[in-house]
Amino acid sequence: MSNGMEHMRKLTYREAVREAMRDALRKDERVFLMGEDVGRYGGCFAVSKGLIEEFGPERIRDTPLCESTFVGAGIGAALGGMRPIVEIMTVNFSLLAADQILNNTATYLHMSGGLFNVPLIIRMATGGGRQLAAQHSHCLSGWYAHIPGIKVLTPATVEDARGMLWTALDDPDPVLIFENSGLYNMEGFLPIDAGPVDIDSARVRRAGKDLTIISYSASLFKALDAAETLSKEGIEAEVIDLRTLRPLDERTFLDSAARTHRVLIVDEGWRSGSISAEVSARIMEKAFFELDAAVERICSAEVPMPYAKHLEEAALPRMEKIIEVVRKMVRSHG
Amino acid sequence: MSEEQIKHVIFKILRRIAPESDPSRLAPDENIRRALDIDSFDALNFFIHLHEELGVNIPESDYGQLNTLSEMLDYLSVHIG
Amino acid sequence: MPGLGADMVTGALVEWKVKPGDRVKRGDIIAVVDTDKAAIEIEVFEDGIVEDLRVQPGQTVPVGTVMAIIRTEAVPFAAEIAAAKEEKVLVEGTRKIMEIEAPPLAEVVIPSRQPLAGRAGRIKASPYARRLAAEHSIDLGALRGTGPQGEIYASDVESAVSAAGQESSKEAGGAPTEEPVPLVTKEKLPPTSPIAGKPAATDYQAAIRRAIAAAMARSNREIPHYYLQTRIDMSRTLHWLESENLKRSIKERILLAVPLIKAVALALGEVPELNGYWIDDRHQVQESINIGFAISLRQGGLITPAILGPDLMSVDELMEALKDLITRTRAGRLRSSEMTEATITVTSLGDFGVETVYGVIYPPQVALVGFGKVMEQPWAENGLLGARPVVTATLAGDHRATDGRRGAQFLDALNRRLQEPSKL
Repeated sequence: MSNGMEHMRKLTYREAVREAMRDALRKDERVFLMGEDVGRYGGCFAVSKGLIEEFGPERIRDTPLCESTFVGAGIGAALGGMRPIVEIMTVNFSLLAADQILNNTATYLHMSGGLFNVPLIIRMATGGGRQLAAQHSHCLSGWYAHIPGIKVLTPATVEDARGMLWTALDDPDPVLIFENSGLYNMEGFLPIDAGPVDIDSARVRRAGKDLTIISYSASLFKALDAAETLSKEGIEAEVIDLRTLRPLDERTFLDSAARTHRVLIVDEGWRSGSISAEVSARIMEKAFFELDAAVERICSAEVPMPYAKHLEEAALPRMEKIIEVVRKMVRSHG
Repeated sequence: MSEEQIKHVIFKILRRIAPESDPSRLAPDENIRRALDIDSFDALNFFIHLHEELGVNIPESDYGQLNTLSEMLDYLSVHIG
Repeated sequence: MPGLGADMVTGALVEWKVKPGDRVKRGDIIAVVDTDKAAIEIEVFEDGIVEDLRVQPGQTVPVGTVMAIIRTEAVPFAAEIAAAKEEKVLVEGTRKIMEIEAPPLAEVVIPSRQPLAGRAGRIKASPYARRLAAEHSIDLGALRGTGPQGEIYASDVESAVSAAGQESSKEAGGAPTEEPVPLVTKEKLPPTSPIAGKPAATDYQAAIRRAIAAAMARSNREIPHYYLQTRIDMSRTLHWLESENLKRSIKERILLAVPLIKAVALALGEVPELNGYWIDDRHQVQESINIGFAISLRQGGLITPAILGPDLMSVDELMEALKDLITRTRAGRLRSSEMTEATITVTSLGDFGVETVYGVIYPPQVALVGFGKVMEQPWAENGLLGARPVVTATLAGDHRATDGRRGAQFLDALNRRLQEPSKL
């Protein structure tokens, strides 16, 4: 008997990203990958393992340890008609290329009076939870979402890891893709013929009526796990995956807020000036009279990420905390 | 009927219509309707009661001559039979 | 407990006018209920025999609570069917005043940590609760929030709405789902039966202001008003009134309000669109004309009970009805139908020297007619200038229901009626 699974296959998030790149490299000869250790080493997180054997060092290029240089080279290549995929090892190192990203990539279309699009993809690992301490663990995707002129994608699922890249390459403008390093080993099922997915909408990952949890990237799964536990207590939480932090698909979460009237945002970024602050503000601005409770947020502690395992866990959003806050929000008034 | 007696009757009626007021504090030249917040329905009741108590039948056209306490006393002292 | 106002959440029974075994017929007054705003006489909707009184005088119950069971003719006494196996027979055959029993107040409300009295000042309610309350015309001030600090959440409003909904669903078929309610804004009279404690006057005043606030805020929020005004030569009507009153003893004299109300009623016959409601995004024109007449109260505030069917009354009957209504309004003895059946409101502020009235429509009605003071004014007619007694009549119309043209037709009809007073 068919259960639909014969058309599915199991793969990791890492394999999904690799497959997306392989697919793009095969389909479009303008596509190439460059970054630190992406070639012979196979990538710091082993994402590009095997690609240099298949596509050669011309298209899988190792770069010097100088982010501003190779991001700049990526911009030049994109302006010259190529479709570069630039990998930055972690988001913390992207700050060395902040000038290229913010002052150049994001502004060229504007500064050239609409003449020069920059079809550049920048992929980077982000997020904590792997004991990599304060200089390799931060979640700055929301921080980049502040910048007009770029798109900010945060694929959480294997499907999005597989499908977002091609759509991003099709986009004439720069796109940043944030891959949470904690997700690389996560396994998921994907249709055998899985292909591109849209990059401009949020998704309801779990329907519920009592409260909406809005999250993205790795925190999404904490929210989904919390929702499962809460369901056993009779609290049905709706869980929304933002998927793209810029531009924000506010329609999806405003509609959800209008259904449930209570919203919790789970954001691995720091609270102050975060994407959760932006989402909360938009709900307040555009769905004020739908709210039956103040929008709540669970974010990372506002400290440099601790190295010690128990302290790192305490600093990140936790499932137990989500459950606790949801209970309070739903039940505080009987 | 003495002026005092007439005044007594007027005050009694006004107290019935405006229970919270103290008509004895009215100045002789004060506009009663304004001072006691008397509307047209109250005024009609006032003249009905006045008719019952004193037997005077005041035509509507004379209402304008009865704005103050002293005007009423003048009018009534002439018209009470 | 009937809902005697969109903002009424609970009511206190003052007294029963009937006892078990009494025969009642439709329209009889069976009880007096004290709301936040006034003591109201409750009429019964069915003929039958009072079987059981379930609420005691002095008791405060939510709107929707069953207060009494009235047996209609076809049904045997409960005692007679006590032996009958199925209680269902009683339930089905017995006309309840309310169809659904609401739980006692104590079960609905979870006591807040903070006493109600300590919640002075601002009402803390969630935005969604506020929106729901506005949509259902629930007075937030009358609710008790179940939040930790007494905050009002949507669920608190929903409880109040469902209690009120039970009430409105019982109304006879064809009646509007949302009951039209006259503006009740008078100072509440102290209860006449031994209801525990006599609330301070300030409580009444606060309740009145909240009632006005709820109704008028809703009106200005929801109703796109348009205003039309016209000056009407009153010389014919005043002359007619004077000669009519000369024929009458003082007791039978007619007030100017009578021809004004009658003229409005007859003009509504010509332009019925202004007589009715706007409910559920739909204009619902009403056949019978019931004019809510704004009656001011000595204690402050005003109340707009309905004069039922003035178009069908003679001027003397209308004067009698008006006198009776004003007297009972000021004594705090209105009937429930008078509180709920107005189809339009008329307000006359002429007694207070006002020239023009721009009214706020009482929802869900769609129009309000205002009259100012009759004043002697210059008036040109047929090329000649003269002085005439003139009144300014205004119409506040709900632009969702009617347009200015309809309103203009009404004011024109009103003017014509007042030029032919003998036909009133």
